Amino acid sequence: MKALLSGNEAIARGAYENGVTVATAYPGTPSTEILENMVNYKDKIYCEWAPNEKVAMEVAIGASFGGARTLVAMKHVGLNVAADPFLTLSYTGVKGGMVVVSADDPSMHSSQNEQDNRHYARLAKVPMLEPSDSQEAKDFVGIALDISEQFDTPVLLRTTTRISHSKTVVELKDRREKPEPAEFERAPQKFVMIPGHARLRHIEVEERLKKLEEYANNAEINRIEWGDAKIGVITSGISYQYVKEAMPEASVLKLGLTYPLAKDLIRSFAEKVDTLFVVEELDPFLEEQIKAMGIKVTGKDKLPLIYEFDQGVIRERLLGEKRKEDNILSDVSLPPRPPVLCPGCPHRGVFYVLKKLKLVVTGDIGCYTLGVVPPLSAMDTTVCMGASVGMAFGAELALKDKIKHKVVGVIGDSTFIHSGITGLIDIVYNKGASTIIILDNRITGMTGHQDNPATGKTLMGERTHQLDLGEVARAVGVKNVRVIDPYDLEETERVIREEVAKDEPSVIITNRPCVLIVKDKEWDKYQVDQELCRSCGMCYKVGCSAIYKENGKAKIDTLFCTGCGVCQQVCKFNAIKKVGEEE
Amino acid sequence: MNRITGIMIVGVGGQGVILASELLCEAAMRMGYDVKKSEVHGMAQRGGSVVSNVRFGEKVYSPLISKGEADILLSFEQLETLRWLDYIKPEGKIIVNMQKIMPMAVAIGQGEYPGDVFGILKRKTDKIYRVDGLGIATKAGNVKAVNVAVIGALSNYLDIPEGIWKEVIENRVPPKTLKINLTAFEMGRNYGQE
Repeated sequence: MKALLSGNEAIARGAYENGVTVATAYPGTPSTEILENMVNYKDKIYCEWAPNEKVAMEVAIGASFGGARTLVAMKHVGLNVAADPFLTLSYTGVKGGMVVVSADDPSMHSSQNEQDNRHYARLAKVPMLEPSDSQEAKDFVGIALDISEQFDTPVLLRTTTRISHSKTVVELKDRREKPEPAEFERAPQKFVMIPGHARLRHIEVEERLKKLEEYANNAEINRIEWGDAKIGVITSGISYQYVKEAMPEASVLKLGLTYPLAKDLIRSFAEKVDTLFVVEELDPFLEEQIKAMGIKVTGKDKLPLIYEFDQGVIRERLLGEKRKEDNILSDVSLPPRPPVLCPGCPHRGVFYVLKKLKLVVTGDIGCYTLGVVPPLSAMDTTVCMGASVGMAFGAELALKDKIKHKVVGVIGDSTFIHSGITGLIDIVYNKGASTIIILDNRITGMTGHQDNPATGKTLMGERTHQLDLGEVARAVGVKNVRVIDPYDLEETERVIREEVAKDEPSVIITNRPCVLIVKDKEWDKYQVDQELCRSCGMCYKVGCSAIYKENGKAKIDTLFCTGCGVCQQVCKFNAIKKVGEEE
Repeated sequence: MNRITGIMIVGVGGQGVILASELLCEAAMRMGYDVKKSEVHGMAQRGGSVVSNVRFGEKVYSPLISKGEADILLSFEQLETLRWLDYIKPEGKIIVNMQKIMPMAVAIGQGEYPGDVFGILKRKTDKIYRVDGLGIATKAGNVKAVNVAVIGALSNYLDIPEGIWKEVIENRVPPKTLKINLTAFEMGRNYGQE
């Protein structure tokens, strides 16, 4: 049967068809839908959202050591979090086959950097597969599991956004069951990495790499598609598709296994073509290794080192075809349209107040990072998951009295659990006085509404213990824990002022859920009384996309208004009223 | 010869661009074509500029449409049509939902919504087709059906039978809203022919 699947859906299907029984992840674009689709097979596969990628990796490692076929998925920066167990997992090897999916994001559509995670394969010395479409994404999960078991290694399956989020046609197959493990087989020399054991395992790792290179030279997923021998192209992943489209006549060596390199295959291909190109997005990962083999290639001296490619880039850079520029828009300037906080978003009130109070705000990764864009403009830093908490403390350490009582860290519920907790422990332990606001919207918002330990529900839809964020803060030693309604600007401002002024740590928790998950809401919408509006512009400052300027005065689009009432609170002329309210 | 049809669907996050592109892909797949579709999501993309690339034909490699390659630019919002204008072929068609949604900068008076959108579009091509998606969706019974109304308008310009479109819609929309969506599709399909 044929189906149109995204790369992520295909990976989930591949895990199902190839007998995976345990799958773990922390959500992160563009990897999120892997586990969201895996849960369709929950009768056969245990699926979980872990608090962070390191934990997800560790659960998967335990499952693999227990004998289960296992998959763990994360976005590229997630592998940084999980790198510690991952690099040692290379030494221990596996028991049940284990696939580690790294979904990279060239062009940073939804990421803070565009690191090329192919380097992790080399760093960890593990094999890496790079699919070029959804069919391969599905097939490569099975091949990865086989390689994993055959060579006693975890396998990195590296996708990019255009693989994860493109839909292409896939042939579906039935599930091949794997026998259930009988018991935990103890093998401390392999699974306990004390230095004496690890020294022996490192020898195994190097020997494994040699064997894998031999395997790579003969692997079917590394194939030559002969065309004209004048131009030869070595490529992998999504770049293969762009090459096929832009240079249909060229000979192509398509690498499905991109680490370790199939050196013999590459050498023999290079000998038979006149000009050799290496086409790869981001870093010259293949190119540098091929050059190190003494082969002359053209790659990054012509192709861009940053952002995604498309067939046009290849035509222009390698074939010298000029793009058609028609300059129709030369005299038209288009206003940009970045994503914004939703109308009714509970974070809006907090950011409005933070800006009003002119506080330094260390921020974090989530929808609420949008608090940085005008008109809210209320965030000063964003680095990585959990950084807001440690950085608030760090800023106080650096600037001492100059910044005292002027800093807050803001972090979402899921992000706080991911890696904010340890930062909070640090503040208490080292006698800081930071104020941390947990923007608890009861869901992992940015990635599209995944449950987390504070929502009281598992990925498989079961009820579970609901982590109480206030109790956590108290348990780590925070004495000042306050809960506020972020739709109430006066209360929000009062509480933030009080807590920031204290010489000890504080945690403020907001108590409104994400506006997109509020069901059965029958709130009254708001409108602007045009007679009373004095065009002062205060309501624009809350940055709600339902409010706009028309003929000099404010108007509210009732199609978008959710009735949160924040704009009404900032209007000094009582011009904003509930729809249908007496005038 | 392997001819690929490229359709770029653009709009604003929350308008249903992604579902519209899914409907188109399903219909093309039922016609027996190789189909590829690509867009990016994350950060829920609410209120942001959204673009989905759909390509179908006998054999499709790249999931992306390059500049100057799109046969049809299907736009859910007037300003967004301009943003992606470079991507259509000189002989390409433009189908525009008449809705205007102010970007934040414009809403708060710090930017300007371009004046004569259709005048600018005409510099590119005469093949411009307008559809009042929001009006149709409202009449059909739910403002959220804009995307299906717009797909109805698109269906006039593709060689895919009406029956396949309806099957795809039946397959993809929640049963509760099926009637509304089928009405929206038909009204969209008839709109340009009035």
